[in-house]
Amino acid sequence: MRQINQPRLDALAELTVSDLAMPVAAETQPDGLSTYKHWRLVMDTDNILWLLLDKQNDSTNTLAEAVLRELNDVLDEARTIAPKALVLRSAKQAGFVAGAEISEFVDMTDEKILRDQLTDALTILDKLEKFPVPSIALIHKYCLGGGLELALACQYRIATPDTKFGFPEVLLGLHPGLAGVWRSLRVMDPLNAMTLMLTGKNLIAKKAKIQGLVDLVTEERHFADAVRAVANGKLKKSDRKGIKGKVLNFGPARSLLAGQMEKQTAAKAKKQHYPAPFALIDIWRENGDDVKKMRKAETDSFVKLMVGDTSKNLVRAFFLREKLKAYAKGTQHDIKHVHVIGAGVMGGDIAAWSALRGFNVTLQDREIKYIAPAIKRANDLFKRRIYSEGERRAANDRLIPDVKGDGIAKADLIIEVVPENPDIKAAVYKDCEQRMKPDAILATNTSSILLETLTGTLKNPKRFCGIHFFNPVAKMPLVEIITHDKLDEKTKDRVLGFVNAIDKLPLPVKSAPGFLVNRALTPYMVEAFLAYSEGVKPEVIDKVMEDFGMPMGPIELADTVGLDVGLHVAKVLRRDLERETPEVPDWLEKLVEKGDLGKKSGKGIYKWLKGKPQKAKTDDQPPHDLTDRLVLPLLNAVADCMAEDLIEDTMAADAGMIFGTGFAPFTGGPINYAQKRGVDEIVAKLKALEEKHGPRFAVSKGWDKLK
Amino acid sequence: MVKAVKKTPAKKTAAKKTAAKKPATRKAAAKKAASAKPAIKRSTSLSTIGRAVYIVDGARTPMIKAGNKAGPFTPVDLAVEAGRPLLARQPFDPREIDDVILGLVNVHPDEVNPGRVAALRLGCGSEVPGWTVQRNCASGQQSIDTAWKYIAAGNADLILAGGAEALSHAPLLFTQKAAGWFGQFMTAKTTGQKLAAIKNFRPNMLQPSIGLLRGLTDPVVKVNMGVTAEILAHRFNISRTDADAYSVRSHDRLAAAHNNGHLEEMHAIIDRNGKLYDHDDGVRPGNTVENLAKLRPAFEKPYGKVTAGNSSQITDGASWTILASQDAVDKYGLKPMARIVDCDWSSLDPSVMGLGPALASARLLTRHGLKQKDVGAWEINEAFAAQVLSCLKAWTQKDFCQNILGLDEPFGELDQDILNIDGGAISLGHPVGTSGNRITLHAIHAARRLNSQLAVASECIGGGMGGAMLLEIM
Repeated sequence: MRQINQPRLDALAELTVSDLAMPVAAETQPDGLSTYKHWRLVMDTDNILWLLLDKQNDSTNTLAEAVLRELNDVLDEARTIAPKALVLRSAKQAGFVAGAEISEFVDMTDEKILRDQLTDALTILDKLEKFPVPSIALIHKYCLGGGLELALACQYRIATPDTKFGFPEVLLGLHPGLAGVWRSLRVMDPLNAMTLMLTGKNLIAKKAKIQGLVDLVTEERHFADAVRAVANGKLKKSDRKGIKGKVLNFGPARSLLAGQMEKQTAAKAKKQHYPAPFALIDIWRENGDDVKKMRKAETDSFVKLMVGDTSKNLVRAFFLREKLKAYAKGTQHDIKHVHVIGAGVMGGDIAAWSALRGFNVTLQDREIKYIAPAIKRANDLFKRRIYSEGERRAANDRLIPDVKGDGIAKADLIIEVVPENPDIKAAVYKDCEQRMKPDAILATNTSSILLETLTGTLKNPKRFCGIHFFNPVAKMPLVEIITHDKLDEKTKDRVLGFVNAIDKLPLPVKSAPGFLVNRALTPYMVEAFLAYSEGVKPEVIDKVMEDFGMPMGPIELADTVGLDVGLHVAKVLRRDLERETPEVPDWLEKLVEKGDLGKKSGKGIYKWLKGKPQKAKTDDQPPHDLTDRLVLPLLNAVADCMAEDLIEDTMAADAGMIFGTGFAPFTGGPINYAQKRGVDEIVAKLKALEEKHGPRFAVSKGWDKLK
Repeated sequence: MVKAVKKTPAKKTAAKKTAAKKPATRKAAAKKAASAKPAIKRSTSLSTIGRAVYIVDGARTPMIKAGNKAGPFTPVDLAVEAGRPLLARQPFDPREIDDVILGLVNVHPDEVNPGRVAALRLGCGSEVPGWTVQRNCASGQQSIDTAWKYIAAGNADLILAGGAEALSHAPLLFTQKAAGWFGQFMTAKTTGQKLAAIKNFRPNMLQPSIGLLRGLTDPVVKVNMGVTAEILAHRFNISRTDADAYSVRSHDRLAAAHNNGHLEEMHAIIDRNGKLYDHDDGVRPGNTVENLAKLRPAFEKPYGKVTAGNSSQITDGASWTILASQDAVDKYGLKPMARIVDCDWSSLDPSVMGLGPALASARLLTRHGLKQKDVGAWEINEAFAAQVLSCLKAWTQKDFCQNILGLDEPFGELDQDILNIDGGAISLGHPVGTSGNRITLHAIHAARRLNSQLAVASECIGGGMGGAMLLEIM
């Protein structure tokens, strides 16, 4: 029998970690080398000067203004030292450079100041580009946005195999603004460069090399030799752009391709909501063959986007995301093994996602035949999300079918995903409480049962809470953490830590009917049903909400979620909420009885084919107040949640709605939208709708505090 | 020729010895006479050398028929599927295991030293060693034997000993000639050299040889396993009908075992496409002797008696047992299922390897002073129906038992109602590396149902050996 000696295991694991390649300092450093806050200059034994970036008081490097200003001085000083070559690398384990410091320009409204700052920054990067000796960027883990632009200003780029490259600016309503546009087009063929900038998706080092973004991919242990090779002129830069790239840059070809890119982008995002990708395409289309013109166009476009509403709101959404992530900061969740009870669509996918994110998972159901489809879906997920076959297999090894529930005795976290029936759940909890570890956590994925109802039968409600995932688990980032007054702080912290560890965004919500998301979405969907009952075509209803900015309209949403699920939640909320909620129309009950449940059964309100709703073309105009009729109940519900003190603050509520429902992110969230539009106007509109359509539009008490 | 354990020559030489030296006293003479008995003397009690070692738990996957293409599980995949639920229900952490030993014959080239690969994938961690043993058809029992001896000697307390095989992944091999050509082509540097290499290519180099077939042919006597069964069928007068009837019963027993939940150690597994395997899918319940009679001989046409229907099937599967010392039992509160008393490996001519169990089991019991009827539960691996029946018949024959087993009386007529009561390799297949482990584990379950204090699990071994293990049920 072996003793598990954790310190020794940790020491063994340490052996496998590669330290960052650092310069072997020359015995005599150049005279009078200045000290900087964020940079460190070291001359190595081969007369190569290393510029090590270690941003003060931060665990990651960003291209903050202070960092860039120091770089200017650093480059001037380097010039006087006249080394054989220049190396630029991050001294932080976390990665190279993650991009610009977003908080620095979040409140900018003055175009002139912004333009001046950009120009200054561009000048500094030009200085780097024009440095008289070879400059080498040594890159590890990630190189994104401004960080990639910094690396592109160097002559050579060398990266470790696990490095991820990317231009995520488009996700913030922008595009690269520090010469990333024309510098990436200089080394990559335009299709690859534009794809990188338009999608905001990451590129792994190997692919980045094939596309020309990086010159050499090798492990840290070979970085020193690689640097010497460059300094001695031994590393050849290959032309990855090739003939194809040059041809694609010719005017007519550009025009054609740009048109196609626009079409593809328009399919995913409307221009009036998301101007950035279209602006980028224009920059390339009009200036693709003239670097000087492209530089100016890039700056002009960037400034315009940055002061615009979309970007401001997307940056806000970024901070909302960070806010939710911050709930988990500093918590040790100590969870290794997760046991999921219920291998249905939600349970199976929660288990699969947790295994994907590195946890050991046992998945239980009454019989193994109910677990088999979950294993298939899990492996489909692994195939989509994991690059190497060995890693995919390892993920599958971590997901263990467990009919007898042997995992209960070993799990650190048990998530119950059985049918929405308090008696069934109580039986499961009884079994768990008998077998589970004393410090293990018991959680439920319930969407419609109040936690207080469930804690009644528990011996130890302190370690019980709700962890409410959304469908589909792989796509929806939000997870509502449902709290109740008997919940232990430590348990809550551990759960927040766990949800963060599986790369989801936790939102603590006090237990109340519908929590946040279902409570807000249900009146929105029911209103859509009522409009449909009145004769408005579902395609029309959906279109007004897509025009508003929702990723899909309420009818399509209802069909996707499942009409049976929607019906059930609507009934529960009507029963449990104080607010007057309309009855669900008869035709909906009949559809559900018939088995027309929506997407999952191939027919609901729409007919579904291959996962897509079959929408008829129509010229019908929507009734003029339809958008408000649909959106305001949603806003009202969120205000109710604030009034009942269910959520910490409005930012958290906005974050929950954006990441749990896809609520038009460029609006900054429902409350932000309401405040920008004017709470008084919202209240007035609600009163008008109440007059016309009934008490379900009654003004929420929460609006008073939200003015 | 079968190597015989002959009593009389030993006596003769011993007598010669005593004659050469004149005994000093009559006592000494008596002592010398006593020493004329067989050289190795074992005690008559069920004692074993070293510390007590227990099998405390075990599990196996269903046995899955090997189809025309590679199955969804590699050998280590199967070992992992068998081991995961087993380890999940243990009170110890897999990282506390001392050693992992896996029996496996056809090692997959991506899984070299599959025992270690399986140990890592089962979460035993980087500090637990893992290795692989091979004794052909008994590899899965060899792992238990080795684990037992390690623990008995005090070198370990907790060992995971298993067996796995995925015959559906057995490689297609290129002939030596083809491999040589390929090597020449790859090392050719200039165009001229490459062209020269191409000139040497012959179409028949494309003809692969089936690894499986080569593996099933004994390399010394060049006799196919099936032919060894034919040889025994002839010698022991086993008819085609006898063999077919035995096979039908194997299928019926397995079907009954599935239906009555008598295969508790087997758990269903799911492949990465979501397909469920929840029973040994080689089973053909309701098969009849008339149906089997229609099959043509597989190895020696047209008069042979051994067919695909009365031979073991080709399947993929894996099995594990957990062996523990008393110290481990005490530390973790484990529940011993059986104590390993002893293990025997007997050898004989490869062309009659099927008699291996007859030798090994008899030797095993005899040295503990036991008779055939003292053991109430038997597992004899069903490589071929004719082979099992030959063993049983041999045990009833006085000449065989005297000349080969060294017994004064026939070993006995084994009651077939305590033999392979839940079917065997004919119905559920013989994944070569796994069977030894499977039958040892199942012997325990069978003994419990038959209320027997002792159990024997035995198998014949390609290459001319037999293995047998004696278990005391707790």
